[in-house]
Amino acid sequence: MADAQEFLKDFPLLNHNINGRKVAYLDNGATTQKPEQMIQAICGYYGGCNANPHRGAYALSIKATDIYEGARKRTAEFIKAGRPQEIIFTKNATEALNLVAYSYGLHNVNAGDEIVISISEHHSNCVPWQMVAKAKGATLKYIYLEKDGNLSAEDIETKITERTKIVAVTQVSNVLGLKNDVKAIVKKAHSVGAVCVVDGSQSVAHMAVDVSDLDCDFFAFSGHKMLSPMGIGVLYGKYELLDAMEPFLRGGDMIEYVEEQDATWAEVPAKFEAGTQNVGGAAGLVAAIDYLEKIGFDRIEAIEADLLNYALPKLRELPFIELYGCDSTQDNKTGIIAFNVKDVHPHDVASILDNDGVAVRAGHHCAQPLHRYLGQNATCRASFYLYNTREDIDRWIESLKKVRGVLGYGA
Amino acid sequence: MALDDVYTEVLGEHSRNPDHKHKLSCATCQMKGKNPSCGDEITIELQVEGGVVKEAAFTGIGCAISQASTDIMAELIRGKSVEDARRLANKFISMIKGELVDEDELEELDEALALKNVAHMPARVKCAVLAWHTLDDALKDQK
Repeated sequence: MADAQEFLKDFPLLNHNINGRKVAYLDNGATTQKPEQMIQAICGYYGGCNANPHRGAYALSIKATDIYEGARKRTAEFIKAGRPQEIIFTKNATEALNLVAYSYGLHNVNAGDEIVISISEHHSNCVPWQMVAKAKGATLKYIYLEKDGNLSAEDIETKITERTKIVAVTQVSNVLGLKNDVKAIVKKAHSVGAVCVVDGSQSVAHMAVDVSDLDCDFFAFSGHKMLSPMGIGVLYGKYELLDAMEPFLRGGDMIEYVEEQDATWAEVPAKFEAGTQNVGGAAGLVAAIDYLEKIGFDRIEAIEADLLNYALPKLRELPFIELYGCDSTQDNKTGIIAFNVKDVHPHDVASILDNDGVAVRAGHHCAQPLHRYLGQNATCRASFYLYNTREDIDRWIESLKKVRGVLGYGA
Repeated sequence: MALDDVYTEVLGEHSRNPDHKHKLSCATCQMKGKNPSCGDEITIELQVEGGVVKEAAFTGIGCAISQASTDIMAELIRGKSVEDARRLANKFISMIKGELVDEDELEELDEALALKNVAHMPARVKCAVLAWHTLDDALKDQK
């Protein structure tokens, strides 16, 4: 698609030769590549504005504070949060979800209560809830899947009950690539008095997100999966919930007064941002948001849909390919394709594709419970983004055709 | 590096048709090994008598490199003393880590030499060494 070619020039890494050729980068679910505009924003921050924000009364520190707080405002606008204070910067989605587990979960879940998550959660939206359930004597319940990989409507209806205190679901599965109807799940959670935590790691870079419309209580995502640097992430939380919560990490900048034996906390959001924060990362995040909004999510979704619709029929022609999550009965498939090559372990597939300059992920993709549920030890995963082209798909498919031969199997 | 430097015929043969992938009814010790990040999981079963590894077999799942490496190892250590088997394990691990390259030194690894180019694939090193680390663990307390 012409669109992708237009964006490709902005991504230095994708224009470099690696082992003599350009990489067909199909591991965007793990992390995306970075546009020059974002890289320049980080250079600009460290080259011209660096100082510790919130600390000094001098011009540079004030500038750094403006950049950091400006990033908060920009991020709030980006996901349609009601106010900037509802944006907490973290290092990634994992830290954001842990923040909710420790600061909300441990204080609001009690013995006999229930936490409901889906079987397709990334470990970062599963393991913290195991911790809360164990610490508080609560039960962790799972929403399982329909045959087509979508969350079981019956489980959503029956497992979220009066005993449920927290419902935590991903907006898009990082393995199956299926979009969940998060708004309906939030509504169900609220109907029983539970809060709903949404993992937006696989959605926020690929579709317009409106947390006010979703009405979710918490929403977490990582910057690095949306063109930004590694080490900046976001937790959105409703103000009244954040305001009532205990801090997560304690130290500098998150306090009001500190006595010898006691301390009081700063207001939200500072209460949750202990220590010097990643201001350069926040500057990068803003540049990424600018970049994405300039293109627009309609176009991004169209590019990914084109790649998906181009790839799927080609994959289905290959008798040795097994696909997961590609037969959704709803119109909710995103540009993530989990697959296996018959008889060949995913790691061998990935190594063989790598030899042709095609980068895919192999393993359990931090979703072991889902793989166990699917009866698969591991899978390969290709995940697309706005700079991918049909040529990348062709290279992937051509390389896949070689895999069985390399290991000595017939076609 | 060319792909067939790693995915050699020897490797393909051992991964597709492993000779020693089965349960061992006469096993005197067994040890599990895993690479959680890959999902490789093997169980090595050994019959050790009088300080000698009389039989070796394995079960489990994993990639071609880990499965072939395990099968080749089982073949190599059968009939070897516990001490020799552990020495070979450490030699193999040194080869894959790229620490040992002397061909004369490596010769006794026999078919396992077919895996030496894995040393150039950092992402796959742990696949190749899984069985050998597991063997070393299993034999630690054996006399």
